[in-house]
Amino acid sequence: MSLIDLANPSRFLALTARLLPWFAAATVCAFAVGLYLAALAPDDYQQGATVKIMFIHVPNAWLAMFCWTVMTIAALGTLVWRHPLADVAAKAAAPLGAAFTFLCLLTGSLWGRPMWGTYWVWDGRLTSVLVLFLMYLGVLALWRTVEDPSRAARAVAILTLVGAINLPIIKFSVDWWATLHQSASVLRLGGPTIHSSILVPLLVMGLAFMLLFVTLHLAAMRNEILRRRVRTLRLMQAQAGA
Amino acid sequence: MILDLGPYAGFIVAAYAAALGVVVALIVWIVVDHRAQQRTLKDLEARGIARRSAVKEVA
Repeated sequence: MSLIDLANPSRFLALTARLLPWFAAATVCAFAVGLYLAALAPDDYQQGATVKIMFIHVPNAWLAMFCWTVMTIAALGTLVWRHPLADVAAKAAAPLGAAFTFLCLLTGSLWGRPMWGTYWVWDGRLTSVLVLFLMYLGVLALWRTVEDPSRAARAVAILTLVGAINLPIIKFSVDWWATLHQSASVLRLGGPTIHSSILVPLLVMGLAFMLLFVTLHLAAMRNEILRRRVRTLRLMQAQAGA
Repeated sequence: MILDLGPYAGFIVAAYAAALGVVVALIVWIVVDHRAQQRTLKDLEARGIARRSAVKEVA
């Protein structure tokens, strides 16, 4: 099945119905293993047991950026290739991205208070992630403001492409500016600097959250396709009654 | 196995509880939304309103 075949919403719905149970089961298994490994992971020599917050904070930070990347690719699909499911994918990813970014900020604050002595500082990394969260809220608001989904999709696609500028700013903020936030320790040239006893649980939790995103995204795309069918039928009903 | 989370246990538990709460809320929202869309679609189709492509799919 090619990408062109998936442009047909009915085929996409049929494929989603087959895939969703498998992705859901894989997500549950990955979380079971990840949480078990996280519980067994040793305390950090400086941070103690608070290092366990990293196992949910970092995957949510990865997903916060990954969701916007998905939306950026979908925005190109809307504006350049006019793929029928591109704006469906973008709309379904936005609330998920907002939720993961919120969790990234919240768990980061809860980690920062005991380690830094404060819940929040206006440094480059924290501020750029807050901007990402506000952009997600802006995208969600724009989807609700414009009633016609295809017109809303074009406006959201442009906003998404402009917002993508923030992704490298988030990634390199810890290198460009003096920040309280630590520099990259997993996704960096030269390899991770974290000991395997902590790195392995982190990567498994990262996989679990990624599978969770794929599962929720497929389900949310299915809902959006159904919502558009409902809208079409209501328009037909209104025209028939006119 | 009882975890010893040290003096900052409250922060660790709060972080995991928040993650659980948000993930459960997302799942509930998606499941409820799916049921609502399916119910509305069935109601409309029961009233004889069907998409042209849906009629072709049935045929």
